[in-house]
Amino acid sequence: MTETVESSQTPVLAEDEKNPVARLLGMLWRDKFALCAALFILLMVLCAVFGPLLLGDAASHQNLRGRNAPPFSWSNGWLFILGADALGRPLLARIVVAAQNTMMVASGAVACSMIIGTALGMIAGYASRRVGEAIMRLADVIMSFPSLLLAVIVLYVFAPSVGNLIVVLAITRIPVYLRTSRAEVLEVRERMFVQAAQVMGASTGRIVFCHILPVIMPTIVTIATLDFAFVMLAESSLSFLGIGIQSPEITWGLMVSQGRSYLVHAWWLSFWPGLAIILTTLSLNLLSNWLRIALDPVQRWRLEIGGKSND
Amino acid sequence: MTDHLLEVRNLSVRFHTAAGIVDAVRNVSWHLDRGETLAILGESGSGKSVSASAIMNLIDIPPGEITSGEILFDGNDLLQQTAEERRQVNGKRIAMIFQDPLSHLNPVYPVGWQIAETMRVHGKDPAEANARALDLVRRVGLPNPQQALEKYPHQFSGGQRQRIMIAMALALKPDILIADEPTTALDVTVQAEVLALLEELQAETGMGLLLITHDLGVVAETADRVVVMNRGEIVETGPASEVYHNPRDPYTRRLIAAAPGKGEMRDGNSQGKPLLEMKGVEKAFGSFQALKGVDLTVFPGETVAIVGESGSGKSTLVKTLVRLIEPTAGQATWNGRDLFAMSLKEMRPVRRDIQMVFQDPTQSLNPRMTIFEVISEAWRIHKDVVPRAQWRTRVAELLTQVGLLPDHARRYPHQFSGGQRQRIAIARALALEPKLIVCDEAVSALDVSIQAQVIALLDRLRRDLGIAFIFIAHDLPVVRDFADHVLVMQSGAVVEKGTTREIFENPKSLYTKTLLASGLDPDPEVQAKRRAERKELVDA
Amino acid sequence: MSRLFRQRAVTSLFSLLGLIVLVFFLSRLTGDPTSLFLPIDATDAMRENFRELHGLNDPLLLQFWHYIVDLTHLDFGESIRKARPAIDVVIEAFGWTFQLAIMTMALVAFCAIVLGSIAAFRVGGKFDRLVSLVSLIGASAPDFWIAIVAIVIFSINIGWLPTSGTGSIAHWILPIAVLFIRPFGLILQVVRGSMISALGSAYVKTAKAKGVKNTPIIFVHTLRNAMLPVITVMGDQAAALLNGAVVVETIFGFPGVGKLMIDSILQRDFNVILAAIMVTALAIFIMNLLIDVAYLFLDPRIRY
Repeated sequence: MTETVESSQTPVLAEDEKNPVARLLGMLWRDKFALCAALFILLMVLCAVFGPLLLGDAASHQNLRGRNAPPFSWSNGWLFILGADALGRPLLARIVVAAQNTMMVASGAVACSMIIGTALGMIAGYASRRVGEAIMRLADVIMSFPSLLLAVIVLYVFAPSVGNLIVVLAITRIPVYLRTSRAEVLEVRERMFVQAAQVMGASTGRIVFCHILPVIMPTIVTIATLDFAFVMLAESSLSFLGIGIQSPEITWGLMVSQGRSYLVHAWWLSFWPGLAIILTTLSLNLLSNWLRIALDPVQRWRLEIGGKSND
Repeated sequence: MTDHLLEVRNLSVRFHTAAGIVDAVRNVSWHLDRGETLAILGESGSGKSVSASAIMNLIDIPPGEITSGEILFDGNDLLQQTAEERRQVNGKRIAMIFQDPLSHLNPVYPVGWQIAETMRVHGKDPAEANARALDLVRRVGLPNPQQALEKYPHQFSGGQRQRIMIAMALALKPDILIADEPTTALDVTVQAEVLALLEELQAETGMGLLLITHDLGVVAETADRVVVMNRGEIVETGPASEVYHNPRDPYTRRLIAAAPGKGEMRDGNSQGKPLLEMKGVEKAFGSFQALKGVDLTVFPGETVAIVGESGSGKSTLVKTLVRLIEPTAGQATWNGRDLFAMSLKEMRPVRRDIQMVFQDPTQSLNPRMTIFEVISEAWRIHKDVVPRAQWRTRVAELLTQVGLLPDHARRYPHQFSGGQRQRIAIARALALEPKLIVCDEAVSALDVSIQAQVIALLDRLRRDLGIAFIFIAHDLPVVRDFADHVLVMQSGAVVEKGTTREIFENPKSLYTKTLLASGLDPDPEVQAKRRAERKELVDA
Repeated sequence: MSRLFRQRAVTSLFSLLGLIVLVFFLSRLTGDPTSLFLPIDATDAMRENFRELHGLNDPLLLQFWHYIVDLTHLDFGESIRKARPAIDVVIEAFGWTFQLAIMTMALVAFCAIVLGSIAAFRVGGKFDRLVSLVSLIGASAPDFWIAIVAIVIFSINIGWLPTSGTGSIAHWILPIAVLFIRPFGLILQVVRGSMISALGSAYVKTAKAKGVKNTPIIFVHTLRNAMLPVITVMGDQAAALLNGAVVVETIFGFPGVGKLMIDSILQRDFNVILAAIMVTALAIFIMNLLIDVAYLFLDPRIRY
């Protein structure tokens, strides 16, 4: 009997020989929506990192003659293209500077909740039933704890700093990762390749870190991208309600809130920072949809052939 | 113009996929007459189901595209008709049943509702439809027909579900029934029953039956004529028995040669000390006794096959051996030590000697690891087997040994075909140079010709490396050429054991006899004889 | 079913108890309400009197003990701010929130399910792409910003709708419209995804082979199967609405439980905070139970 007939019919994807980063970028290039989203996020990250250095002074320089200057006027210079706020400070500069706090809070909270939540979820999924149940009840309590109250407590007892806001938001988001990773672990641990590793004699640590974690990681990363948007909105809401970051520090949410009193005559005070929020969250959502497919080796081809991907 | 009930002429269908344009079928022509059974035989990817999908208007356009051809039914070309006209044909004039009835029945509606729906959509009065559904359920032989109508698909067994599908398809007495792999994944005894039912119903109604299958045995059992397909083209067509005895096309010849159960049987020559001795193994899941005291002995270098239908406990038995399932009672002696008494940690070094190959290679290989990582992982765990510097060369050697190329090490599992993946799984098992390899239905999911190749590979490994095998299968012919000893299991107990020759030539228990008689032989004439034998057994 | 009820009741009660303990002690970390309620020039005697009256002079553990004992008699204590029983204040506010939540969710469920199903049936088509984009934008929009923009446009510029308060039907329109957007975007995406995978399943093929028309295939065969994940997400969103839409309620001056909560937190009206938590927890508990019943009804394979 000829044993090797079928070796000749291997479906070959030449793309595999490329380096993975180049490959990912190639896929990004083909999906224009995701590309725009990624570029926008990149721009926001650059604003967050360099904004305060470059425009910090301009953003806090008051100019009483230019109070509530309307947008789209070149007379005061390009910084005032989006108008000025109630103290005559250029809105564009303030949005760029505020990106830092907004991004820092969101990325800090997402990173903390992701690491802690995933770790707890994997323990809950792989350890004994009782430990798993205990962890899940803990998640229930956190879920039903009013995040507003938590924010106020931190605000009153500690200072309303960026760090403390990160802690508040991270705690409230832990259950999301915990539940997802636990559910995934419960499913993945029953898969046959995990059993195959067990039969081979793999230790628990090896099974968890080499077999389960890489499989659930794409889901976690996708959720984290989505959650980044959610945390940004939550932070904005808290700032808007006056229990988040306090003036003179600025975030986008705080700017929307400050502009609220001038709504009738100067809509742009609230409009532009809100638009910054919505564009950023929209980009993150788009990117998250793209990541879900790009990180899955079985579905990846959908993005590699260019054309319209169906989902 | 045409005297045939249904005629497919020069049909070509292509799909626009990621990998480019795939011509699923090219210039396919065949016909079907009233009261006749036509089988379309082919392996996976041969395009055997495509013409049926085209008849039923089940091809999604896009990505599919019918590039040429016509489907004549009642003298009209179905492909020229409107969607509404074709909907009127579906279910009423031409009906279809599928493989895997569990997923093809809607899980959230009672089966009675689903059977009656066929009639309701074609304008029958609901009350009348319900009454007829009851008749149908009774006719296809479901127990407690009245209650059965109220039950949901998950509450039935696989064979019963296929009966429900048949009842649903025959509700309006169609002229043609298309059966797409209707008995794949069913136990052999159930398969024989379902095929018998189809034949009876065909005799009753005089419908034309189009049977799509990969199994020569099914063709031998049922078909009048056969169409053999390979890679989207018809390679041969003719009366079933003529095609079997005088195949003209090389592909048909290969396919027939690959059918298992024609080689030399072995008498078994157990030598030396037993490698593994399992005694009185029991396992209970709650109140359900999955294993009722099973004994199993394996000598070095020999192959023991465990054969049984679903629910017989054969997989549970080997899973207790590798401690994926903890047994309730019993012992398993390996090198003088009881495996069941060890802690999982003590077990770890022993695992290197006992490796396993699973049924579905798609699932048993981690999709996020390259083949190199999959195979070399064994050496990360058992550090003294191969020094790190030699991993690359050793992986290349192993891949060559199982008939793959050293280059394949860089690829991911999803880039291989099913047969190739199973070779990779075997290479992984070989990496630790084990003394015993447990194959849990390792070839059941593969095409016949691939199955033969994998078994030939295992056979060679046994000869070259002296590895012992425990080989689990639900089908007797598969183990005939390969095993030294056979254990037949039913409902958690061993009903018969002996050398392969003893089991095949002189079966003692009624169950083994039924199992042998239910298996389908690829030769239509042998199968006709076997059918008579089975009838006697059933009547007895 | 009754076993499920008991099991859920026990675990929920356990979580609620943990929550009460946490909230009781942590909320007192924010400070003493005395200074907030008495005038700045209040004498020490007045302050002492106020503390005595509200039991704020006892050691914390004793206060907690009193609270729990009262709770067993269904006495939730007095609202300092409103000088009424805390539970009455909460129930009144919750009534408003409940109406708002029900109306919003009903609208969301209807629109998301219908539009999502149709989009899924023609994946990649114009309608699908439009709906997907709209839902994505909806899911990304900060509600306070939408509320502000809506007020500027509809109340200030055009003057059609009132900016805040309750009373007429017109008062409901803006809050519902603003609350609608995010859950609509999120749920529509789930409906679409779930329907796409359900439409690809084998039983749809069977239905087509039987000659079933497209509309029943979508709405009878597929939708019921696709609803399970949708219901889970709808439950999460409904729970969030029942907890009170703080931002929207604040902006529109809507006297719901979310606004009550933030006011009580800022004014240290501890009894109201605790009562509000318990009432919403009960509502969410009942809703989860209803969801379980819905699962049972939708999928006969599920047994509790």
